[in-house]
Amino acid sequence: MTELLSEYLPILIFLIIAVGLALVMVAASFVVGHQRPDSEKLSAYECGFEAFDDSRRQFDVRFYLVAILFIIFDLEVAFLFPWAVSLGDIGLFGFWSMMVFLGVLTIGFIYEWKKGALEWE
Amino acid sequence: MVVQALVFYGLAFVAVASGVMVVVSRNPVHSVLFLILAFFNAAGLFVLMGAEFLAMILIVVYVGAVAVLFLFVVMMLDINFVELRQGFLRYLPIGTLIGLVLLAELILVVGGWTVAPEVPQALGTPIPPPNEVSNIDALGRLIYTRYVLLFQISGLVLLIAMIGAIVLTLRSRVGVKKQSIETQNARDPADVIKVIKVTRGGGV
Repeated sequence: MTELLSEYLPILIFLIIAVGLALVMVAASFVVGHQRPDSEKLSAYECGFEAFDDSRRQFDVRFYLVAILFIIFDLEVAFLFPWAVSLGDIGLFGFWSMMVFLGVLTIGFIYEWKKGALEWE
Repeated sequence: MVVQALVFYGLAFVAVASGVMVVVSRNPVHSVLFLILAFFNAAGLFVLMGAEFLAMILIVVYVGAVAVLFLFVVMMLDINFVELRQGFLRYLPIGTLIGLVLLAELILVVGGWTVAPEVPQALGTPIPPPNEVSNIDALGRLIYTRYVLLFQISGLVLLIAMIGAIVLTLRSRVGVKKQSIETQNARDPADVIKVIKVTRGGGV
């Protein structure tokens, strides 16, 4: 248990350094940098579009469809990892149970391909 | 051990704090970003428990996919912030009720373990110690054989989600010109090219 966690110690150190570095950079820009606020600095330059507009505008629902399809195949791959690791223990039954699972999702994949959900136009 | 305890308290504190911020922050996009922070800290807690695989899956699936989907939903909805805040007091009683029910359930689970410590051992499949079997291996030995029915049902749920998403959102646009490679390859040059002898000064 402890040796498992000690393998993660470099990641912890990286996290601490990253957070510390980010804080130092933000704080240093406040302390060192010249602060001369001007409303013209924030306004759009000539024909540039408004910088502080409402970012919430409706966009095409197909982005959402791509994201959902991505999640589904993401989960499929997530199921493959423990299967690959423990394949020696679970035997033929485990192998075929995964094959059935993949078959079910392949049906969906063929459906989605034939429907043209993967095409962007 | 001291480092472990410190890391636990740090991760747990940030997780709870970002959970609170998910509820109280005014901008829904900020709520989703705090949710992502909560996911990251929960992944760190999983690592502390020795469940490495669950931690990585939490990051890959929840942070990489589900949170992005939440962001899509939040950005796609046309939300009026002033109207959103007005319902806060109206939904407060039922929200508190659901929170209390969840709290009671958690207390029952933890209290059950405290009253009867032999309960985790009496489970159908006891959790193997993490220094003997790795988390991913222990999960793999159970999912595909012992819980094969749940595994296949999850496959069906994914299939239904896929078909449902396609049926609900896919609409083909009219008047879009697409490239058709078959038509291009099947085109016979003899049909479309005409060689004309042009006499000098005669024109076509």
